Amino acid sequence: MSIGETIRNSQIWRSIFRHPAPTDRRNRAVVVLTNFFLHLHPVSAQKGGIALSYTWCMGGVTFFLFLVEALTGVLLMFYYRPTLEWAFTDIRALRDVTTLGIMREIHRWGAHAMVITVWLHMYRVFLTGSYKPPREFNWVIGVLLLVLTLLLSFTGYLLPWDQLAIWAITVGSNMARAHPVLGHEGPGFQLLNIGGYDLITNASDARFLLLGARNVGEETLNRFYILHCVAIPVVVSLLIAIHFWRVRKDGGISQPL
Amino acid sequence: MLLFLANIGWTMRSYKRDGYYESVLGFQHIPKATVWAFYAAFLMLLAVTHLTSRSAPEEFLLRLPEWFKLSVDVIFRDARIYFGLSVAAFVGMIVWREFLTRDTVGWILFNVGCLFLGLSMTDYDFRQIVGKPDNVPIVGMLFIGGYFTWLYFKKAVDNDRRVAEGRPLAEQELKEQVLVWPDLVYTEMLCMILLTALLIVWGVFLQAPLEEPGQAVKTPNPSKAPWYFLGLQEMLVYFDPWLAGVVLPLVIVQGLMAIPYIDFNKKGNGYYSFADRKFSVIIFLFGFIPLWVGMIVLGTFIRGPNWNMFGLYEFWDVHKLEVLNNRNLSEIIWVVNLEQPLPKPDPASGLISQCLAIFMREGVGILMVIGYFMALPNLMALTFLRKFYVRMGVIRYMVLANLLLFMALLPIKMVLRWAFNLKYIVAIPEWFFNI
Repeated sequence: MSIGETIRNSQIWRSIFRHPAPTDRRNRAVVVLTNFFLHLHPVSAQKGGIALSYTWCMGGVTFFLFLVEALTGVLLMFYYRPTLEWAFTDIRALRDVTTLGIMREIHRWGAHAMVITVWLHMYRVFLTGSYKPPREFNWVIGVLLLVLTLLLSFTGYLLPWDQLAIWAITVGSNMARAHPVLGHEGPGFQLLNIGGYDLITNASDARFLLLGARNVGEETLNRFYILHCVAIPVVVSLLIAIHFWRVRKDGGISQPL
Repeated sequence: MLLFLANIGWTMRSYKRDGYYESVLGFQHIPKATVWAFYAAFLMLLAVTHLTSRSAPEEFLLRLPEWFKLSVDVIFRDARIYFGLSVAAFVGMIVWREFLTRDTVGWILFNVGCLFLGLSMTDYDFRQIVGKPDNVPIVGMLFIGGYFTWLYFKKAVDNDRRVAEGRPLAEQELKEQVLVWPDLVYTEMLCMILLTALLIVWGVFLQAPLEEPGQAVKTPNPSKAPWYFLGLQEMLVYFDPWLAGVVLPLVIVQGLMAIPYIDFNKKGNGYYSFADRKFSVIIFLFGFIPLWVGMIVLGTFIRGPNWNMFGLYEFWDVHKLEVLNNRNLSEIIWVVNLEQPLPKPDPASGLISQCLAIFMREGVGILMVIGYFMALPNLMALTFLRKFYVRMGVIRYMVLANLLLFMALLPIKMVLRWAFNLKYIVAIPEWFFNI
């Protein structure tokens, strides 16, 4: 008996994997139906529909990158403290002294890659006309996920608290100052006033809501940290679940029903 | 640092070198293959020389000639030429799609791209911009996105030809049902392993950027948003923040969400095709390639200090001066044409008389904007979009027409800026309302 067989016959192995690797047709269908992770898939699919040159695999790659980001992100959260005193120093230490500080590199490059793969996924879905009925609503969910991906990346951009971070967020969030009616330099902000006093000022406008202060500061860091690590990922996870569910319920990734 | 960058250049060269042998083997005709073989041998020699001599990038044997750099700089320094050429390239891509999607042509295009990038890396200023760690993904995106666009056209041209000849689509020939285990599951696992490896290698060789600690008092010049928002930041050149930063991004998102509801064409679902859905593909590709990706490239690689435009091989000089002499439409009408001072609203007078004075001043522009969004869709419905109007009904047609007009705003404003130095069509700084 070879070592592999000994391991596969042990009680521990058999308690985890209840079946041997499926080799016949019936067992291959059963494994997809009964496995927690695999049951996202249908049991069978059209050959043309799963060809790599057709799907580009970009949706799957995006999902995988999301998982990588979640994993590396959690590891980084053990180390990083979102305060003015520590944020920059912690990131620098991740670069210079920390074992497995490469998690930060993987997290950042994975984030950039995810933005690109989301675009390419949308590109493919458009070019194969896969948004057409009955999949209209799943496209809408996809657009929401695209926006949330960009927001995830945007909120994460601030956390290293270096010059690159705070000025990119300053430039990006200055737009909110010009929000019509709700920004203190936007058209129509004078409309919201009581007895001549403006309700919309630089301490109460859309930008203040985003930053938690008049300028990018400690409040902003805290706000972006929570958005980045908790709030947006929770929403994204929910939408991903619906997105996948709808793919199955709408009859696969494309082609009319 | 130089050595490291030089290594990038070498890796790319040797990578290309390997690829060339494959292509040589792929060709059956001997004369063609000889050309490739000579080319490959030349590149190999070059790579070996560089590998052995370990020289700095500036001392590479093969560098870009100065005249080439200067002419590229001229193209990229000027928004007019840049945007004009990118639109021309876009049109060319669609018109000559059948020629461009041949394998050899695609391979040559890829080589030209690699050579352009590899040789440009020998230029110091180019390396400063493209070699920034955060800009590396953008270069990668250009290659990957370019490849997928090429792949799309290849498959679409193939399918269109099949339809014209009455043969079944490529996708329909693979209708056979296969089990997900193993056919899909193994692909997925391979993808995951390759991606993990890629991310780790990328992380080992390229350090994530970390600049000086953030200081609110020290503004970098230029200050840029994260790269994926640079298309929006570029719009700030032509529009006020309330439009470029708030309204237009929201319109983009809404427009994307509206696509399935305004595209009434039932064909082209589940297969690659160009002929079956020309209109929607052209509009989408125009929005994605020249307007979105093109503006990101512009914002990342070309916009330098003071948001001036710099050629790819140009030094980012903080003191570069550009004459900015933009005028509002109201100034062109009142001051230049009527030779009168602008009508001024009297702050002491009542609201209505202030509004009247502003309307006097900006009336033409306001009417133009109202006409653009209110009258033009109706005109289009009566003329060249008549079929759309009939098939879509009023509401869906109006959504489509307005989205198209919003998308056209950016090119229109660009052209107006270049032709007349026009700043704002409607300029009411009293209310922070400029268009």
